[in-house]
Amino acid sequence: MKKLINDPKNVVNEAVAGFEVAHADIVRVSHDPLFLVRADAPLRGKVGIVSGGGSGHEPLHGGFVGFGMLDAAVPGPVFTSPTPDPILAATQAVDGGAGVLHIVKNYTGDVLNFETAADLAAADGIQVRTVIVNDDVAVKDSLYTAGRRGVAGTVLVEKIAGAAAERGDDLDAVAGVAEKVNSRVRTMGVALTPCVVPHAGEPSFTLADDEIEIGIGIHGEPGRERIKLEPANAIVDRLLGPILEDLPFASGDEALLLVNGMGGTPQIELYIVFRRAAEVLQERGITVTRSLVGNYTTSLEMAGASISVLKLDDELTALWDAPVQTSALRWGR
Amino acid sequence: MTPNDEPGAVVGDAALANAALRLDTGWTIRWIRRCAEVLAANRATLNTLDRDIGDGDHGENMDRGFQAILPKLEELTDETTPGAVLKLVATTLISTVGGAAGPLYGTAFLKAAGAVGAAQSLDATALVALLTAARDGIVLRGKAVEGDKTMIDAWTPAVNAASAAHTAGSPVGTVLLAAADAAEHGAQATEPLVARKGRASYLGERAIGHRDPGSQSTSLLLRAAADLMSQR
Repeated sequence: MKKLINDPKNVVNEAVAGFEVAHADIVRVSHDPLFLVRADAPLRGKVGIVSGGGSGHEPLHGGFVGFGMLDAAVPGPVFTSPTPDPILAATQAVDGGAGVLHIVKNYTGDVLNFETAADLAAADGIQVRTVIVNDDVAVKDSLYTAGRRGVAGTVLVEKIAGAAAERGDDLDAVAGVAEKVNSRVRTMGVALTPCVVPHAGEPSFTLADDEIEIGIGIHGEPGRERIKLEPANAIVDRLLGPILEDLPFASGDEALLLVNGMGGTPQIELYIVFRRAAEVLQERGITVTRSLVGNYTTSLEMAGASISVLKLDDELTALWDAPVQTSALRWGR
Repeated sequence: MTPNDEPGAVVGDAALANAALRLDTGWTIRWIRRCAEVLAANRATLNTLDRDIGDGDHGENMDRGFQAILPKLEELTDETTPGAVLKLVATTLISTVGGAAGPLYGTAFLKAAGAVGAAQSLDATALVALLTAARDGIVLRGKAVEGDKTMIDAWTPAVNAASAAHTAGSPVGTVLLAAADAAEHGAQATEPLVARKGRASYLGERAIGHRDPGSQSTSLLLRAAADLMSQR
């Protein structure tokens, strides 16, 4: 496996160091403990928003630190949750007296480490609320699993909650907006190839040349079922079916459609996916009024994509349109 | 040739060692050092188990955590208690391991430390209390029950076996051995299970036939404790 790295041990530190230099106008970096904060943090009276998780999903989460989105991101080792101390330090660094929201993807390690950090922050006198993102409909039965995973819908939660915090909402209100986005977004993904964690050096699973994995998570963990490769339109239909069933969409609804690349799939293919997804939604009477296409929640070099559909209303649309200035999302400012 | 070298004396020696076994601070430190050795030696094996049904880094993470403890053990003073050693292990694991294993094992050692308090040496009652508190701490954080294909499938049989051995009046070494044996069987017994917690739970029936890596690391930690007896 060929990778543009120096030493598997230094992958995260060197990437963050590069990010720090490239985006010095937007973020500051603490190297030990490792976390990234908005250059102007902490903002007095503004709710701080902290997210984080294993590295390897870039631009999630560091790429979303900045005006109108996250106040801090805590990168763990590749595909491994950060420990509680950097999460606590990031929480302290962005607390402007109005409390801090933790946005956590529903993976066991992330949930446990953020929970421990939130306990420590509370003991330190910081008010913390936590919203767990679990938008992945590929997980059928939450009763017999660790629950639905937090995947690409996380970007939408972070953008919209970030806008709510930026306009001055209090902690409960910002958490409420984050919960609202999470309750209205559904995602499902597909992998065409596995990915290789740098320190492991070999793929976490194998797929034959003509096989794809439907319902993939974002850590190279296998998904719902393995099938033979099909044309893009048929794959899109497989992904959209469970999404539309799960969240009762009605004719006349407005939606945000996110087609997210897993890291190794070119834009040209993502737009082929987007074309079909928009067509299916149109057939159902659902209007795509906002869209996002690109690599936003990746799984290293995995080829594949995920589709997220967020049911919009006027409030969510306005918050989506609000100005944002991060390295990965930037408009209106 | 001393009388002790006669083949027939081996069992008697073990019994003698068992009876004389004191789980004091020195023992606790030796146990943790032995854990670090065993986890380093099993790093690749644990990674492979984790790659089959998880994300392939359990050996990596556990090895990093226990290696980080070693230099801190050197700094302990003579007045240290077994409980203080366990607490040091807990805080180090929480801040170095990451993933799910960090908070789970960290909480286990933290609760174990609380259970033994300021005791200078652990008798069989204290050992059972230590194991029970560790297991309860993991359940509190991870909310898994027996049969979910997690480390609890090694911990709960270990607690039950230790408790039964203690009730039967066995000395502390025998209690420890019973726990280690039960954890080992428990880890093996995760192989045919479908996972209901953690990342493996997303695999459904595809997790069948694979051993849970957390149950295996639990088995290794308890075996490391039991191994110290034969080393004496």
